[in-house]
Amino acid sequence: MSDDVIALESVVKQYGSPPVTAVDDVSLTVRRGELVAIVGPSGSGKSSLLNIMGTLDRADSGLVAVDGHDVAALSDDQLSALRAHRIGFVFQQFHLDEGSAALDNVADGMLYSGATVPDRRARAAEMLDRVGLAKRQDHRPNQLSGGERQRVAIARALVADPPLILADEPTGNLDQHSGAAVVELLHELNASGTAIVVITHDVELAAALPRRVSIRDGRVVGDERGAS
Amino acid sequence: MTATASFDVPPSRLRRSDAVRLGAAGLRARPSRIVLSALGIAIGIAAMIAVVGISTSSRAALDSELERLGTNLLRVEASERGETIRPLPADAALRVERLTGVTGAAGVAELPGTVYRSPLTPRGETNALVVRTADESLAGLLEASVDSGRWHDRATDGLGTVVLGSLAAERLGAPAVGTRVFVGDLPVTVVGSLRPLELAPDLDTGVFVDGTTARDELGWDGVPDAVFERSSDELVRDVRERVPGTVAPDMPSSVSVSRPSDALAAKDAADSAFTGLLVGLSGVALLVGGVGVANTMVITVLERRREIGLRRALGATRAHVRSQFLVEALLLSLVGGVVGIVLGTAVVAAVALGNGWAFTVPWTAYVAGLGATLAIGGVAGVFPAVRAARTSPTVALTA
Repeated sequence: MSDDVIALESVVKQYGSPPVTAVDDVSLTVRRGELVAIVGPSGSGKSSLLNIMGTLDRADSGLVAVDGHDVAALSDDQLSALRAHRIGFVFQQFHLDEGSAALDNVADGMLYSGATVPDRRARAAEMLDRVGLAKRQDHRPNQLSGGERQRVAIARALVADPPLILADEPTGNLDQHSGAAVVELLHELNASGTAIVVITHDVELAAALPRRVSIRDGRVVGDERGAS
Repeated sequence: MTATASFDVPPSRLRRSDAVRLGAAGLRARPSRIVLSALGIAIGIAAMIAVVGISTSSRAALDSELERLGTNLLRVEASERGETIRPLPADAALRVERLTGVTGAAGVAELPGTVYRSPLTPRGETNALVVRTADESLAGLLEASVDSGRWHDRATDGLGTVVLGSLAAERLGAPAVGTRVFVGDLPVTVVGSLRPLELAPDLDTGVFVDGTTARDELGWDGVPDAVFERSSDELVRDVRERVPGTVAPDMPSSVSVSRPSDALAAKDAADSAFTGLLVGLSGVALLVGGVGVANTMVITVLERRREIGLRRALGATRAHVRSQFLVEALLLSLVGGVVGIVLGTAVVAAVALGNGWAFTVPWTAYVAGLGATLAIGGVAGVFPAVRAARTSPTVALTA
């Protein structure tokens, strides 16, 4: 098994006509267990890069390998399998189901794994406990604070135990305090071995992470490690 | 670049129970819309079940009626086809009765004049009643049942008695047995009244005077206008062919023979043709309901692009998304179908109760109703479901 959970080589992605280059010749690897920030202003191509790393979108050219699998060679169903078992997503907007309780929202992270409802719920309860929301499992999203909702979403991303979590502006909708708590949680999860890629325009947030990849106009313009 | 390992990730899998649960959850999230779009299907199915059920129940009632009345009764009359009508011979009933297979025959004749409740009733108020006289065996042949009093028999013959047809009784104000009424100026006594005669509804307006009184007081010449006869079931056709030659050997074409039960059977046939039309109409209602379901589903898919994107990110394949929305459309349609079946059945039960019929809905109507519901839901759901599956996961998440 490869040591890289994500390996990009000369990846290009263009949109529209006339084409606008959103990702321009990006080469980047993320090792297992790494915690990486991808930082850049809006419109820098961060989200396009996240979609490509998350196999939600395919690159126009270049090589993309996720968890050791060449994405270009996989069928749509195989990409779905990869997302179901190997990648967890955390979104700025949380994307929780308002109609069901926190526990079921988390359990939905394993919906497409084929596990039974009791198994999914048992595992979801575990995850909620891990993100510190054991007492909130019967609450609906609208009964939770923003920070709690994002922790539910993180628990959902974790529930299938993927080696990689992609977080798109995870603190973007949160106040400073809740945002800090979420960042702390990401650190904890990373400490237990999950690779996490955080996409953000927030330089301060990025500074709190051990590796920072800077993006501008679709290109990698910096890759620093260690405390900034 | 790392070498690509052989693909060892287990496939995405959505349990069937989860697909149904997702579809149901999708419906529950928007209850009022569900009610409205399921209503179309419900109305279509209810109409279909009601039409089929009502017509089956009424036909079952008609069939048992025919069974009770029998189809072996023939009515012999002077043919109206010729230029001049040649009356039947006075002994027409006797002649018919002698035919092989005939079990009974009775003549009935129309007399001039009409009936009044009192001698002071203005002569113009005839109530469209007809004075008739008939052989005593007529009531038995027509399966007539007496509403009150009795039918003519030897005891009353010649005593100036009348039996009222059902409409005659109604129009004369339902006179009790023993009441005196007037045939022209002749006072007569009511001895009974009849229930409606299904096999000879034209006789319901008749006021039947006993035979001897008709001859002696009203100048009847004994010539019948019509003869009713019953035969064994097997020989009906045979008897029907032989009657004209027997009644009028010199001019068989002056005699016409009809089978009264044919009118009931024709009514039955006309009902079933009408039922076909109504079922077609409820099919149109069902189709419109299906369009409503398709419409709702298209809107739902557009509204839930985020959810679709999220599901793709969680590992759903296109097929999983497709089946989720197809199941939702099927459930939506099924809700309408079940409500429609309940409503339709209730309507049939109410109508059957109101008419005193036995409640009958053929099981095939239920099967067809459910089948149509699922077919409509499936067809209506396919396009939106395919569209949902084609939604790009990235578009869905940024929308």
